[in-house]
Amino acid sequence: MATDVERAAPVAAPPRTHTVEVTANGERRSAEVEPRMLLVHFLRGTLGLRGTHIGCDTSSCGACTVLMDGVPIKSCTALAVQADGREITTVEGLESAEGLHPIQTAFHEEHGLQCGFCTPGMMLTSIALLRENPDPSEEEIRWALSGNVCRCTGYQNIVKAVQAAAEASR
Amino acid sequence: MYPGRFEYHAPGTLDEALSTLDRYGDDAKLLAGGQSLIPLMKLRFAVPAALVDINRIEGLDGLSEEGGELRIGALVRHRTCERSELLHGRWGVLGDAAPQISDPIVRNSGTVAGSLAHADPQGDWGSALLAADARVVAQRSGGRREISLEDFFLGPFTTALEPQEMVTEVRVPDPGPRSAGTYLKLERRVGDYATVGVAVHLSFDNGTVRRSGIALTAVGPRNLRAHAAEAALDGQPLDDDRIREAARLAAEEAQPRDDERGSAEYKRNVVRVFVERGLRKAREG
Repeated sequence: MATDVERAAPVAAPPRTHTVEVTANGERRSAEVEPRMLLVHFLRGTLGLRGTHIGCDTSSCGACTVLMDGVPIKSCTALAVQADGREITTVEGLESAEGLHPIQTAFHEEHGLQCGFCTPGMMLTSIALLRENPDPSEEEIRWALSGNVCRCTGYQNIVKAVQAAAEASR
Repeated sequence: MYPGRFEYHAPGTLDEALSTLDRYGDDAKLLAGGQSLIPLMKLRFAVPAALVDINRIEGLDGLSEEGGELRIGALVRHRTCERSELLHGRWGVLGDAAPQISDPIVRNSGTVAGSLAHADPQGDWGSALLAADARVVAQRSGGRREISLEDFFLGPFTTALEPQEMVTEVRVPDPGPRSAGTYLKLERRVGDYATVGVAVHLSFDNGTVRRSGIALTAVGPRNLRAHAAEAALDGQPLDDDRIREAARLAAEEAQPRDDERGSAEYKRNVVRVFVERGLRKAREG
């Protein structure tokens, strides 16, 4: 067991910064960050990817959802340093040379948004759902989206949009 | 909101993680899923001098059965439990608890072991694993011990873990082939903490209860085992009268308080109803 003397002294100077290198929407990006920088601030502030929204800031609302190595996470509740070496997908990464992603088309056509604030998170969570379960029931869609809050309460059309995207992919 | 300043360590091996913990003692926190720790740090309720991120350590994410015993590694996420075929049947109490924890996105990150180490009296895993007689494997540099979950939880957010120790695994004993259980949770809305949660885990032998585990969430300073209710069932046939008696005893043992989720009286009633419901479900298998 370490004695008190051997233990690290309380931090006085700013802590060491860390290089974070991520593949964000297919592009290699890196920056020096303080360990306490949250992933959502790294994406929005450092990388300029402001499509990822900050909603509740308490990991309740899901507006800040991004995919890390394909898995939805709440980027307000992850540190940027944790993303080092990982692949991040934000809403900016959905459109390709061929045009809108099928989930974007579906949200557009089914009017799956009102104010649009929750939409990036809703779409990213939906993409992960459809990858795992290409033909989800309405109930499965609702459960999968239960970590994403729509403050406009536009859930009916969001569910329809996910159903339409599933249909389009068949 | 963002956390206070801290040094960040992301060791690649368990030995390195444990020696880093040893060096910082009380000043470091382990980062696994971060779904409780990072919010606490953002609110500055927790201001550790260092974080030891264990996510880069290989071999901690195993969920397996060995010699009848269930082993849950330190990095097993709620999501993995939710999808595991292992956690049905005799370990149904765990399989039923997993999808009721927080919301699907939080479940992608949060870990079982982290939830236990956080020791929130409203935590669901604490009750499910108490009912199943689980113990944690606590490792430190040059040492290792096993702690029964009953001895692990000391009070709200307080465990028997020393600052230099890490929960490396959770172990659940083989309850035998004729076992069943469930986890029932009342929440105000999806993703909320439990207003009340009840875990039931029974092993049967020739039509009688060989061993019962009943544990309660959010009705005390820690996850509570309902010992008197268990004692009323052990060695007895599980008939309607005994189910009602056990439910009554469990409600008596609960220590609920009035809060924004309901009155103490209301919660006590929920305990009674859920224990009864859980026992009936376990009886059906």
